[in-house]
Amino acid sequence: MSATASTLAYLIASICFIMALRGLASPETARRGNLLGIIGMVIAVVTTLASSEVVSYTTIIAGIVIGGTIGTVIAQRIEMTALPQLVAAFHSLVGLAAVFVAAAAFHTPEAYGIGTSGAIHATSLIEMSLGTAIGAITFTGSIIAFGKLQGMVSSNPLSFPGQHILNLALGILLVFLIALFVSGESGFLFWMIVLLSLILGVLLIVPIGGADMPVVISMLNSYSGWAACGIGFTLGNNLLIVTGALVGSSGAILSYIMCKGMNRSFFNVILGGFGGEGVAASGPDLGDKTVKSGSAEDAAFILENAGSVIIVPGYGMAVAQAQHALREMGDILKARGVTVRYAIHPVAGRMPGHMNVLLAEANVPYDEVMELDEINRDFSSTDVAFVIGANDVTNPAAKTDPSSPIYGMPILDVENARTVLFSKRSLASGYAGVDNELFYRDNTMMLFGDAKKMCEDVVKALG
Amino acid sequence: MDPVDFADSAYKLSGEASRLAERLAELAQRATYADAGSAAAATAGSGSADVFLMGFTVFVLAIFVGYYVVWHVTPALHSPLMSVTNAISSVIVVGALIAAGPADFNISQVFGFIAVTLASINIFGGFIVTQRMLQMFRKKQR
Repeated sequence: MSATASTLAYLIASICFIMALRGLASPETARRGNLLGIIGMVIAVVTTLASSEVVSYTTIIAGIVIGGTIGTVIAQRIEMTALPQLVAAFHSLVGLAAVFVAAAAFHTPEAYGIGTSGAIHATSLIEMSLGTAIGAITFTGSIIAFGKLQGMVSSNPLSFPGQHILNLALGILLVFLIALFVSGESGFLFWMIVLLSLILGVLLIVPIGGADMPVVISMLNSYSGWAACGIGFTLGNNLLIVTGALVGSSGAILSYIMCKGMNRSFFNVILGGFGGEGVAASGPDLGDKTVKSGSAEDAAFILENAGSVIIVPGYGMAVAQAQHALREMGDILKARGVTVRYAIHPVAGRMPGHMNVLLAEANVPYDEVMELDEINRDFSSTDVAFVIGANDVTNPAAKTDPSSPIYGMPILDVENARTVLFSKRSLASGYAGVDNELFYRDNTMMLFGDAKKMCEDVVKALG
Repeated sequence: MDPVDFADSAYKLSGEASRLAERLAELAQRATYADAGSAAAATAGSGSADVFLMGFTVFVLAIFVGYYVVWHVTPALHSPLMSVTNAISSVIVVGALIAAGPADFNISQVFGFIAVTLASINIFGGFIVTQRMLQMFRKKQR
């Protein structure tokens, strides 16, 4: 294939990718978007295979078959509740692949037209080292994020004295190494950049706690895009540059939305050390406050007699796998003429949009699922707010207590509903380690126990 | 001076002139070659900078496209957005294919093979899991 033809083919692939993201504007067009994404990828791969640089296909076919089989099997078997881990793991692979592509370009620059071994163009060396560094940071950072989400690494923030100074020093050292590498191309320096970036990736994610994972995953998503960009610049390939920039800006926007959902600055999240069980362990000081707790039968009675119910799911619902039982409960209520809707906080769960996917999996129609801005005003005219596995995102302290760590965070105003039902395992405070005054209000009834069991019992009681 | 002599010297002169003209043409041609050569050298020298600037232009424009497209994505589909961006960022497979493709064996081919495998996991896994998610988003049946 001629250079002109392949450039045009890459352009078509880029447009397919843009349209794939455009499709996600609504669930109706999203599937067609995904199909366009696949078409774009096929065009990109076939175009490259048809280029004159590629003459031997055995290794390539072996790689695609092995990788494709692994990817297909994983993607088909994965539980939707394990989605955040899966995405983190996939990000790590993009990072590592970027490192290997850069290594290949470094060892045989002729194949990529960026000079000859020992005399690679300086610009290419800069681009190559940036792509490698970002790729390596993405790789180990994503592995740590994966470990935290999977429960293999403690999801508590791990911090030690001098952590930020160490990270800063390593960052400066990395810049210095890249400068050395550009002025005097050397294999040793290349691998030192890789090694240092791998270490930095671990150190950057370790201090960030479990519930900040929505930001971390979005950020790593963004990094994997910038890594692809770096490789695209090295290879002078516009398709990689466009795709990398799309992915990079997408991840950056998601990080921004997540940070805003917690009213925290990006740097506050990245510097880490927020929340975790260490703080929560102190437990709420009950004092003279009393809690009204109820049984599934009580809840069923209240729900049945309500005209409208808003269900507020949180990470606890995902942990208990309660989404199917919850939908069943919602169906029965709807059949009895109760208006049932769902309210999703932007940072509910462990990744952007996590709750929406779980509810969709349980066959909840997406037009019953509302975002914070769409539904928040309706709580005051609602009979029952049913909070399941969420806590901090409903805490009124975010509006009333300037000394609270979550002050300023946008919350779902469940306290405005006539009755609040809280399905929760215990009175323990949430991730931020803040006691929730809602538990002690007169119009609140606590439903202690496993979220899934509670929903099932309510369904039975509704009978 | 008699006419014969005159004609003779004129003939000699014209011969010299034509030789000079030939030299001149030759020099001009050499100059053109040299010029073209230096121009080519100049292109080669600034070539990488041009390529970089072209790439940079594309890069900046693509960030703007990404910005506007992604803000239009409905928050309900943020999870599929992450998995599909993950799948398309595996387009670095293009670089891996070039590394894995040459006829003679070298170390880069090993790197290329690993990168092709890793990126393929992502491409297949990412698109399939996105499709699975999107299949689940259904409207209310009335």
